[in-house]
Amino acid sequence: MNDPRSGMRSDMSPLEVLLVEDSPGDVRLTRDAFINTNDRVNLSVAVDGAEAMAFLRNEGEYGNAPKPDLILLDLNLPKIDGREVLAAIKTDDILRSIPTIILTTSAAESDIVKSYKLQANAYLRKPVQLDAFDNLIRSISDFWLTKVKLPRQGGRS
Amino acid sequence: MANQSQAAKTRWAILIKNQPVRVLLVEDSPGDVRLTMEAFRTTNADVNVNVATNGVDAMAFLRKEGDYFNAPRPDLILLDLNLPIMGGREVLASIKEDDNLRTIPTVILTKVEEPADIVSSYQLQANAYLVKPVQWEAFESLVRSINDFWVTQVQLPQEPA
Repeated sequence: MNDPRSGMRSDMSPLEVLLVEDSPGDVRLTRDAFINTNDRVNLSVAVDGAEAMAFLRNEGEYGNAPKPDLILLDLNLPKIDGREVLAAIKTDDILRSIPTIILTTSAAESDIVKSYKLQANAYLRKPVQLDAFDNLIRSISDFWLTKVKLPRQGGRS
Repeated sequence: MANQSQAAKTRWAILIKNQPVRVLLVEDSPGDVRLTMEAFRTTNADVNVNVATNGVDAMAFLRKEGDYFNAPRPDLILLDLNLPIMGGREVLASIKEDDNLRTIPTVILTKVEEPADIVSSYQLQANAYLVKPVQWEAFESLVRSINDFWVTQVQLPQEPA
C-alpha cells in the first residue's frame, strides 16, 4: 500500500482538515462522513470566519492549532464571511499554499466565479440528500487525501 | 465501484450544459498523452480532451491565438511541469496572472515529485498537484478520481463576463 510508485501516501500521520462551518447539522454530517470514509482524518471545526483565521494564525487559544492539510470553507458565515476568509488565506504568503475548497449551499454563478478568481482550489455545493453528501465527502477524501500531493509533502513551513 | 446515480447526475449536468466537459492536457510525452486519453475514454466518454505538447502551444490555445483562434475554453487544465519551449511552471504562472484564465482549475500532473516543486506549484495557485503513477491500474484509478471529483462533483466556473 505504501509503495511510493503507486502514488499512495507513505507518511501515516493524521491528515488535518479544518472545516469552517456554522451549521451544527452540517458539521455533524461532515464529521460522520469522514469517520466512515477515512480514519486518518483529524477534523477541526471553526464556526465563524474570525475563529478560522485565529486557528490558521495560531492566535489566542489556538496557539497549538495544527496547520491544516486541507480547508473546507462555507461561504455564508457569521462575523467574517467565507469570501473574506478565502481572500485572507490566498493573500497570505504562508497560508496560500493550503488547498482551500468551498463547500456551500450557494449555487450562484457569481459566487462560483468569484471564488475561483480568489483562487479557491475547488468549489463544491452541499447536496441536500444524505447519500449524495456521503458521496461528496468520499470523493473529497479519495482525490485530496489519497491521490493529491499535499503541500506538507514539501515539508511543513 | 460505479455509482449509477452519480453517473446519471453527470450525464444530466452535461445535458443541461449541452456540451461535453473540455479538458486541456498539456503534455509532451506521446505515451502519457495516449494513456490519459484512454483512461478518460474508459471513465467518461463525455470528456473531450485537447492536447498541447508544449507551453507555447498551451498559451496560444488558451488565448485563441494563431491556429487556435477557434479553440474552446477548457473547463479543466492538466499540466505537466517539464515541457519543451516553455515550462509548466511558467505556463501555470501565466494562467494564474491572467484575469480571464485564472478561474480555470489547473491541476499539475507530472512525474516530478520534488518537495520544492509541490510547494511552489501551490504557491503559484495550482488547484491541485498529482504525480503520474507508473503502473497502468494506478494511472487509470487516478484519472477516475480526477473525473469523479472535477467532472462529477465540482461546480466549474463559466467564463468571467
